[in-house]
Amino acid sequence: METLNAKSLSYQALNDYIRTLLDNGCRELVLKNVNGQRYIGAGVRGRARLEIHGVPGNNLAALMDGLEIEVFGNAQDGVGNTMNDGTVIIHGNATDIAGYSMRGGRIFIRGNAGYRVGIHMKAFRYKKPLIVIGGKAGDFFGEYMAGGTLVLLGLDLQPGEAIVGNFVGTGMHGGEIFIRGQVDSFYLGKEVKAVPPTAADQERLREIVGDFARYFDLEAEKILARPFTKLIPYNKRPYGTLYAY
Amino acid sequence: MLREGDYRVPSGCAISGFINKDGRRVDGSAIIQSIALMQERSNGLGGGFAAYGIYPEYKDYYALHLLFEDKLSRNLVEELIKDNFYIEAEDRIPTRHVRSIGKAPLLWRYFVTPRLSKIEESKETEADFMTRLVMRINDSVNGAYVVSSGKNMGAFKGVGYPEDIGEFFRLDEYQAYTWIAHGRFPTNTPGWWGGAHPFTLLDWSVVHNGEISSYGANRRFLEMYGYKMTLQTDTEVVAYAIDLLVRRHKLPLELAARVLAAPLWQVIDRLPAAERDLYTRLRVVYGSLLLNGPFSIIVGFSGGLMALNDRIKLRPLVAAFHGATLYVASEEAAIREICPDVERVWYPQGGEPVIGRLEEESQCRLSA
Repeated sequence: METLNAKSLSYQALNDYIRTLLDNGCRELVLKNVNGQRYIGAGVRGRARLEIHGVPGNNLAALMDGLEIEVFGNAQDGVGNTMNDGTVIIHGNATDIAGYSMRGGRIFIRGNAGYRVGIHMKAFRYKKPLIVIGGKAGDFFGEYMAGGTLVLLGLDLQPGEAIVGNFVGTGMHGGEIFIRGQVDSFYLGKEVKAVPPTAADQERLREIVGDFARYFDLEAEKILARPFTKLIPYNKRPYGTLYAY
Repeated sequence: MLREGDYRVPSGCAISGFINKDGRRVDGSAIIQSIALMQERSNGLGGGFAAYGIYPEYKDYYALHLLFEDKLSRNLVEELIKDNFYIEAEDRIPTRHVRSIGKAPLLWRYFVTPRLSKIEESKETEADFMTRLVMRINDSVNGAYVVSSGKNMGAFKGVGYPEDIGEFFRLDEYQAYTWIAHGRFPTNTPGWWGGAHPFTLLDWSVVHNGEISSYGANRRFLEMYGYKMTLQTDTEVVAYAIDLLVRRHKLPLELAARVLAAPLWQVIDRLPAAERDLYTRLRVVYGSLLLNGPFSIIVGFSGGLMALNDRIKLRPLVAAFHGATLYVASEEAAIREICPDVERVWYPQGGEPVIGRLEEESQCRLSA
């Protein structure tokens, strides 16, 4: 296990160090004092593990292909942008567009997430991206989503606090969203409908929530005790007739 | 040379600011450090700062910061100032040589108070008189622009990375209770000194990340109230809109924010009757001041600051507090860079203003 002090390093220098260490066979790397350096793990292929202490900058794990990244702190915008494979575990919050265009791999966020989580996320055959959020999420959750799975748990909500923002699933045409508890239809975009999860969904949720609880040392049974609402798109081409007369 | 506004400006700027609500004044090194952390968000074609509480010895005078492209414009403006004002002090704005900063315009400041006879003649309030003078200099004196015109505050801006602009203007030598900063990324236009942020009027200063797509509509509305858009950058309308709403029309700042980033109609429909009525009226009366397009802004004013996002949050904004200090920035890292262990970090929703004001006691102390 190697340790790297990222204090005052530019993102270029930091990412050069990381890549050099990984290229030379490092399997586990701890980054200390990270603050705002962008593109950590971006485009990196392999099975190594990065542990980040601090606040990684935008586009953490962008285009990443296989690494496991665990963040002890909050992340910024664009976590897992177009990520292909691997796992990102965030012990704090993530901000806007987490999982932007994500096509594979998994992101687990213990805290809250910002606007437009999972925007343009997609799936193809065995590539099925997954994002699980422990707290709440902002507006446009799953916007233009084309595939994959979003799970929103709403743990530790304050009284009166909404689990999700407005316009959930606007433009969604593939994939599925699971939200723990009931969601008022006002929050939903025009392109999604709420349905009860199937037995197979329940089985998968057990697995997903089980992983989440393991990463963050929580009790899965307690989380699963509350039923989920499943959101799916009405159809695959919501705007297919928009300009056709 | 084509200036700002003759081209489209797709921007990815950086903003940062903080207020010490207990009135504690600090030098400019922290704000420079914060904005410098987000260097990737700027491209060296504009940086700027606004600072409040920096001129206690002249706090009763308007501090006019001016930019002159040549000596002629300076002479013309000085004539105009002498006609209309009593000048308590005047000086070049102190700068130091910074290698990356190119040829700067002439930078001067004047501490002035309007001549009573002139105000009486004009039958205007002092603030309106000042506003008209600022508009007149910007509009009719070729090559002269007012960088800021408030009391006990000043804006410092130019072409360069913000950390270099801060060094150039020797901001480490000023003490302020509020600092706001901007790093600019105009990718396809020649930046110019007047087009850098902040944009100001009287005590107001605005830094902005984004694009005001409604610039034309906003501009036409503001022109009816005597404002002149001369700096050819969209952000200019925000400063004047806030001046109109808050200073002239006496709206509370919280409501002015709901004009600039009006709640969507479907959100208004769900509000309790009284609020629904209020927001409906605001949208009807001030529909032309709705800022359309992506933005996050920080507004500085005497005694406070406000941060605001567009209503669907198309630009980043993070807020935090620690002790008596409120921080706002494009990125959390920019806050942690100067306050690693902030007590609380949060992410304002689209259209939800974050406002910090001096505590009453420190407000009194600073103005005494």
